[in-house]
Amino acid sequence: MTVQTAAPRPAPPTPPGGPAGRAPGRPSPAARLVAVLRGGLVQVLLTVVALVWLTPTAGLFVSSLRDADDNAGSGWWSALVHPGSLTFDNYSAILGDSGITQAFWNTVLISVPATAAVVVLAALAGYAFAWLEFPGRDWVFLVVVGMLVVPVQIGLLPVARLFGAVGLFGTTAGVVLFHVAYGLPFAIFLLRNYFAEIPREMLEAARMDGGSEWTIFRKLVLPVGRPAIASLAIFQFLWVWNDMLVALIFAGSDAQPLTVALQSQMRQFGANIDVLAPGAFLSLIVPLAVFFAFQRHFVEGVMAGSVK
Amino acid sequence: MSALTRNKVPSAPAGGTAPAAVRRRSRRARVTAIAFALPALALLGALVGYPILFSVGRSLFDASGDRFVGLDNYQEMFTDPASLKAVRNTAIWVVAAPAVLTGVGLVLAVLTEKIRWATAFKLLIFMPMAVSFLAAGITFRLVYDQDPQRGVMNAVAVAVHDAFNDSSAYPGARPRGTDVMKESGNGGFQAVAQAEPGKDVTLGLVGLPPASLPQQARPAAPAQVSDDAVTGVVYLDFVPGGGGTPGAVDPQERGLPQMAVELTKGGEVVATTTTGDDGSFRFPDAGDGPYGVRLPPKNFAEPYTGIDWLGPTLVTPAIIGAYLWIWTGFSMVLIGAGLSSLPRETLEAARMDGASEWQIFRRITVPLLAPVLGVVFVTLVINVMKVFDLVYIIAPGPVQEEANVLALQMWLVSFGGGNNQGLGSAIGVVLLLLVLPVMALNIRRFRRSSR
Repeated sequence: MTVQTAAPRPAPPTPPGGPAGRAPGRPSPAARLVAVLRGGLVQVLLTVVALVWLTPTAGLFVSSLRDADDNAGSGWWSALVHPGSLTFDNYSAILGDSGITQAFWNTVLISVPATAAVVVLAALAGYAFAWLEFPGRDWVFLVVVGMLVVPVQIGLLPVARLFGAVGLFGTTAGVVLFHVAYGLPFAIFLLRNYFAEIPREMLEAARMDGGSEWTIFRKLVLPVGRPAIASLAIFQFLWVWNDMLVALIFAGSDAQPLTVALQSQMRQFGANIDVLAPGAFLSLIVPLAVFFAFQRHFVEGVMAGSVK
Repeated sequence: MSALTRNKVPSAPAGGTAPAAVRRRSRRARVTAIAFALPALALLGALVGYPILFSVGRSLFDASGDRFVGLDNYQEMFTDPASLKAVRNTAIWVVAAPAVLTGVGLVLAVLTEKIRWATAFKLLIFMPMAVSFLAAGITFRLVYDQDPQRGVMNAVAVAVHDAFNDSSAYPGARPRGTDVMKESGNGGFQAVAQAEPGKDVTLGLVGLPPASLPQQARPAAPAQVSDDAVTGVVYLDFVPGGGGTPGAVDPQERGLPQMAVELTKGGEVVATTTTGDDGSFRFPDAGDGPYGVRLPPKNFAEPYTGIDWLGPTLVTPAIIGAYLWIWTGFSMVLIGAGLSSLPRETLEAARMDGASEWQIFRRITVPLLAPVLGVVFVTLVINVMKVFDLVYIIAPGPVQEEANVLALQMWLVSFGGGNNQGLGSAIGVVLLLLVLPVMALNIRRFRRSSR
């Protein structure tokens, strides 16, 4: 994580000659005892918080490893006492279900292009807004800044009509386009601000050498902008991977991602935990892997996006 | 510092004497710039800009889109009960969730500074941010499940409840007919015949599956009759597989152990006891009767099954709880970053001056952190107004209307069967209007930073 913990405070030097040698302002032994006790309290409190935070995911995971009868008969926590009853059968069952595997594949087919397109389009536009001159540039950029907080809800109906008119409604391409459009304001904002920090002399030198803007963009701006692009890509990927609302409306039954396929099972909740629990775990395993592999970029992306 | 002002491409020499070559080059630069920006801007214009205008216009027409109705759709939002419920719930969300999240995040951020495993802790709390609302929703449907054998919240609630209250052993048991016992009100039963020392009271119950009897239950046997004690037996008046005489103790019939029995005289309880393994009970040293014998209601109460988390009253707070699980990491990490950039010397100086940790927190940390807290709060408000998936997934079908929020209502009205695009557009426009102040704030903040 980027966030640093506080630098450890230097330990107070032990007074050389017992309490008598104590410099004024040093904590007394009693005060230090109170501090130690309070520190212990903090440890206990945060341990409890950590356990509480872990419990829901642990419950989902353990439930996903129990067969339907076990889940119907007793709480998932009883499996902690009898771990022998755990099985991967639920996972083999849903992985053998062509509907679920197709939905998983659809999720990939939506997330990867939507991420790539946002990165490419936003990098191009970000560079133009930062370093190229065109009429109305600053004014247009303010509009983009304004679009940062536009809720997707306002776009659902009109875009559905628009896509219906041009035959994109229900297709994977339509879902991807919608995600790209609503990912762009933040992406452009992030990359433009990052690119603007590139030293002017660097670009001037490249231009003097006769490089075209396209060459400068590819050879200089993109490599320098890698950290911001990485944060953006991870953020956008997770955003699209985790989306349900957009896909619920724009994806036809052949194109529906995992989130939509699973929510259609919610009506029978309780009777089908053996499908829902492993399904939910399947859908969150990719984000978790991305999160742990790129935690720093992810946290940075979230923090940069905190105006979105 | 921003590039808006400082990266002006060197402009052509003033005075209109620019050579044609320079002008041509600058025109080419402009074309290049537009080529870079155009794909993104075209998409934004078509899928974000145009829809805003379209929605505003569409919201002024009726469901089918043929008739101009002015502001009727907006009025309907605040009169139609389902939409009004959504407006109210969204207000609850906006008032409660960001404030609680910012507060909890602040406390956790300050506390994590005091532990060595802060990185692991932050990682764990932040992790739910990576997970979809769908997966979180399924997770919390399970957490909040009504059945204490499945939902961990109710398992805890029941465990806590039962630790302080005896759970009843025989829910659903009842006498066969009303000849021997009648209901004594609020779920208990009373022997019809009066009891006296030296006479035996036989109380048969039915309505219990034989398998549900406690293991220690023995074949029913009356306590030894004696002149100075009221005695009797409580038993399950049922022979598996049939046979036996109703109202009499048959050899295969078992007593009901641990049943509470009350002895009353003139309506007052004078003694209480519990039955033995064979169902027998005995009130020794009883004077002359007549007495009454009662089986108090606590024997028969339905077991406590916990709290109805996803019922109509608690569903919104419960879903907000799930939202807290997801977003606490966000506010904690952002506030933590702000915290680590605070001037250490100020804090140390205050400590040296003998300020308590609480004073430092109230008087120094919080005021210095105010800008960060503001950003966190505003971000949360914007996100909370758009919450959809979590409500859609966690609220069970029958209580969905009780948990409704604007973003969900917008979907229900326009796509989920309502088929009223006029009202749907109006809700979308209202959601946009609600974020307008933040939009203005963003633009102003940006313009100021780029000056």
